[in-house]
Amino acid sequence: MREQMPMGARITRITEESPSIRTFTFDLAIPFTPGQFVMVWVPGVDEVPMALSAENAITVQRVGEATAALFNLAVGDQIGIRGPFGNGFAVTGRTLAVGGGVGVAPLYPLAAAGSVEIFLLGARTAADLLFADRLGEACTLVTATDDGSAGHHGFVTHLLERVDPVDFDHICVCGPEGMMRAVLSILDREGCAERGQFALHRYMKCGIGICGSCCIDPDGLRVCRDGPVFTGDRLLASELGRYTRDASGRRKPL
Amino acid sequence: MVTLKPGPVTVGGVDLGNHLLLAAGVLGTTGASLARILDTGAGGVVTKSIGPVPKEGHAGPCVVTVDGGVLNAMGLPNPSSEFVQELDRVRGRPVVVSIFGGTPEEFSTVAGWFTQAAAGFELNVSCPHAEGYGAALGSDPAMIEACTRAVSRLDLPTWVKLTPNVTDIAACGRAAERGGATAIVAINTVRAMRISTALRRPVLGNRFGGLSGPAIFPIAVRCVYDLYEACSVPIVGCGGVASADNVVEMMMAGASAVEIGSAVQGDVGIFGTIAADLYSPDGIEPQEIVGCAHA
Repeated sequence: MREQMPMGARITRITEESPSIRTFTFDLAIPFTPGQFVMVWVPGVDEVPMALSAENAITVQRVGEATAALFNLAVGDQIGIRGPFGNGFAVTGRTLAVGGGVGVAPLYPLAAAGSVEIFLLGARTAADLLFADRLGEACTLVTATDDGSAGHHGFVTHLLERVDPVDFDHICVCGPEGMMRAVLSILDREGCAERGQFALHRYMKCGIGICGSCCIDPDGLRVCRDGPVFTGDRLLASELGRYTRDASGRRKPL
Repeated sequence: MVTLKPGPVTVGGVDLGNHLLLAAGVLGTTGASLARILDTGAGGVVTKSIGPVPKEGHAGPCVVTVDGGVLNAMGLPNPSSEFVQELDRVRGRPVVVSIFGGTPEEFSTVAGWFTQAAAGFELNVSCPHAEGYGAALGSDPAMIEACTRAVSRLDLPTWVKLTPNVTDIAACGRAAERGGATAIVAINTVRAMRISTALRRPVLGNRFGGLSGPAIFPIAVRCVYDLYEACSVPIVGCGGVASADNVVEMMMAGASAVEIGSAVQGDVGIFGTIAADLYSPDGIEPQEIVGCAHA
């Protein structure tokens, strides 16, 4: 077995992306495939999975104890990083991206690499639209906000009605669970579920496919190792959008 | 290498498809992941350890890979009684339910939830990093005997998984046997620690934990060997098994079956991989090699 202790990483920059989302840049470059994640150790607090938004950065929404502790760190503070883990997106040809909220983080490096033709970006308000400026430079950007403060007034899934997903070889998706399930339903209706690549988030402990905390029903796929990116056809009958599990393994309705 | 004649086997009262079981604590939190491992060629599976109340486990990091093994301190996370419904998915299949408690009464209570769903029980008196549970009880032979008796009276196969972190594991095995154990499982992880030199602190959230994987295989072989001398019930060998040859070696030490855990990290299909190497139609009778190294 290959030794993989956490690497020490010092925070070199903290960027406020939106009222609840910050990017933490560190002094460590991790070669990765967009969609892969790292286990981020906040010393004395916990370790949590985070998608890489660049080879030396994670983009984090404050949602719980570990992310709150991250938000309390300053430039110069040290964290531990294990990874990268998981499979990442695999694209060739025409790619459409659909991102919502902080789910844009793993999709951004895909777009930055020039792999995305059209990016459908959604958030609650204009202020919550993540990486909008940079995405606009990298590809064709179409936005939607729940309150109508920017772009289409409504869900990002509505934007899918304006493009024909069948025209694309891959539809890469990451965002809130309900949004991903809605996108999957549209792709299924259009008969192209297998072209969807969905980056999932589940509670994780090990990150290396051994503990079972992140297994999804009904096939027991490990989000940390078999995923986190799954093609839509493998998710049609899954728990996606219906329930998840907490740290104890109990089911929690979404 | 020795190959074995394939076929079902009964060990400690549990009917198994072959000699290879998934070890407790690995991919055992959901019925779906247990079914997946059974479908890839395991002869049986042991669930995540289930306790009297839901537990979230220790703060992370919970797992790191080290040279030759895996260091973990999960902290017995488990959904408690809600786990019963997870087992609907694997009803009728060879599923051993791992249970833990802080007292014999708690062991009995937890076991009682699973009398319809379990092919047998494995008592976790050996987790090295859960305060008040596991090895906290399992280093005291009188407590091992009492906990075993509290479960064995339910008349289902009762396996007892022992810790190697004791002076005399044979005394623990004899205690389990007195309590009515139908098999002894050896070993759980070996107490261990690593320190992050970058962050100048223990790498596990719980500071120390348990080591599994190939690094502990020689320790496990020695424990199985000692228990085979000391006990008359079957022994299930566990600890670092990663190949068919390791299985044969464990059996020669005295194991009637083996459990495999950490090796799924390298290959989730490890059970099929090992079974393909271990079994052949012209193989020898497995019973011929069990304990043969004691001759």
